[in-house]
Parts: sequence; C-alpha cells; structure tokens
Amino acid sequence: MYRAEVFVRLKPVVNDPAGLTIRAGLHALGFESVTEVRAGKYLVLTLNEPDEATARRQVEEMARQLLANEVIEDFRIEMHPVQDPIAVGGGA
Amino acid sequence: MRTGIVVFPGTWSDRDCAHALLEVLGQPARYVDYRETRLDDLDLVILPGGFSYGDYLRCGAIARFTPVVQAVTAFANRGGLVLGICNGFQILQEARLLPGALLKNASCEFRCEWVNLRVEQNDTAFTLDCRPGQVLRIPISHGEGNFFADRATLDSLEREGRIVFRYCTPDGRITAGANPNGSLANVAGISNARGNVLGMMPHPERACEPLLGGEDGLMMFRSAIRALSHPLPNPPHEGEGVTAGVA
Repeated sequence: MYRAEVFVRLKPVVNDPAGLTIRAGLHALGFESVTEVRAGKYLVLTLNEPDEATARRQVEEMARQLLANEVIEDFRIEMHPVQDPIAVGGGA
Repeated sequence: MRTGIVVFPGTWSDRDCAHALLEVLGQPARYVDYRETRLDDLDLVILPGGFSYGDYLRCGAIARFTPVVQAVTAFANRGGLVLGICNGFQILQEARLLPGALLKNASCEFRCEWVNLRVEQNDTAFTLDCRPGQVLRIPISHGEGNFFADRATLDSLEREGRIVFRYCTPDGRITAGANPNGSLANVAGISNARGNVLGMMPHPERACEPLLGGEDGLMMFRSAIRALSHPLPNPPHEGEGVTAGVA
C-alpha cells in the first residue's frame, strides 16, 4: 500500500486573495518579516496498490483529471510506503 | 422554447429559473436530474447557480463528472443552447466548454448586490435582443467569481469577441470601481466561438420582474427564444477571429 501526499498550489501568475488576507493577518500579529503567503490544498490518498510507480502514475492521473485544475493550479506528489493498515487512518 | 433546468445536489437557483420561465415568460420548462442522460426534448439547458457538491475541492469540479454534464457537452456540440449561471459558469469551465477559471473574489467577501453589465457582443444566442454597449442591471451573488485566464486565452477571447458582458458603471464605463470581484478585464460573462454556450456570474433569472428590482434579465431569455427561430451557423474555422453570430 502507498500513501500519496498531493500538494495543490495556485500557479505563480494567479493572484491569491486568500494568501494576501492571511499575510495581512500575520502582519497584524506582528510578523512583519512575512513577504508572501500562498494558500493551497493538501490531500492525502491511501492506495491499495503494491507497486510505487503504478501508484504514482495513478495519482498523477487523478490530479490531472480532478484534484487540480491545471488552468490555475500546479501539483506535486510525494509517495510513502504504508506497512501497517492500522496506521493508514491515523493522523500522526 | 423548451428549457431544462439542471438540478445537482446543492443547486439553489433552480426554482428561480423555473419561476422566470414558467410564470413570467410562460415558456415550458422542466427540471433535469443530474443523473439524466437524455436531453433530446430540450432547446435550452440551464446550469443554475448554487453550490453543487458543496463546492468541495473546487466549485464545479465534482459536478463536471455527472452524467448530465456529459450529456450537456454533447448537447452543446450539437448546437443546443446552454446557459451557465454562477455555479453553472464554474461547471462549464471545469468541463472545458468555456475557457478560464473563477477564483475567490479579490475582496475575499461573498458579494450579493446589483451590478451593471455592459453588453459587449449581441451576436450570441443570449444577447440578440440587446444593443452593443447597452447596460443591463442584474444581481450577483457569489464568493468565487473572479475571472482568470492566461494572457493568450484572454487575448483570444478579446480578439474573437467572446467577452459578452463586462462589469461597468451605470453609464457603461469599465472601471476598477465597477468590478465587484477582481475579474480580469472586468469580465462577467463569456461565450464559446459558436455563440450557443454562455457562462456568466450574474443571475438573469433574478432580474425578471419589477417587483424584484428589475427585469433586464428577460432580455436574455427573449433573445434565446428568438435565436431558436434562426438556425445557428457552423462554428468558424480555427483562428478565423470572428464570433459566430445568429444573424
């Protein structure tokens, strides 16, 4: 089994009102050093698939078809082997 | 004009559309369930506003894969009239029937108010009865209507005359102050090349009676009725640089 972490980010050319608002909040808290905040999405998928390359290809296809909108977003995928099925549901 | 009004889980403006068509315009209309695949009995399909599938992942992202949206794609390719309003516009973009995407409003606020729209093109099926440059008053109600397209796409929309509505001042000027959501080039609505598919953020179905504050939305439905009495021409060749009309 594999656990895929999918990071979906707005492309650099796309304006990010949420990121700008979060930055303003951080500035209001006194974190003046923050020059930029980009907000994105983080998805964790667990796959019942023994081969890592196959699992990654599947997740890439999922990202292209549904998880990301490539008109405005990029994505990055990290794959991690999962040994113990009980650990799958745990957040730690 | 026989209209189908698509209902997804989370659609909220379906009854407003039905009221405008049945009660105000006296036209036949029926609801179309999101699992339906046959649209042969229809002239116009409306994808109404709302929050299909709770806007999970992205607005319209899940609705795009429903059986009815596959059927709407085929219906549009056959020349059927398709109007995507608000969430319906978002779905049409996710389905790649229209280009670009709709981002979170620049203000990060949900905006619910009357806006002014300048008619940029009156050769689509939904704007035949308008004059170029005419200002329509129609309400918006959305949190994610901030139109975005990359430079090449925006340039081609401009060149091909596919920007149908822009947010404007009451006297028709395109200004930053008249833009309620940060949309590029004040874009409020666009069409496909053939002019039979239109997506817009404002809600024409909520501007069909004086009691509700205005009836400029009726012009769009009346245009569609008139368009149906004229056949749509074939789509223009790639790169021809003109919008297909329904002259």
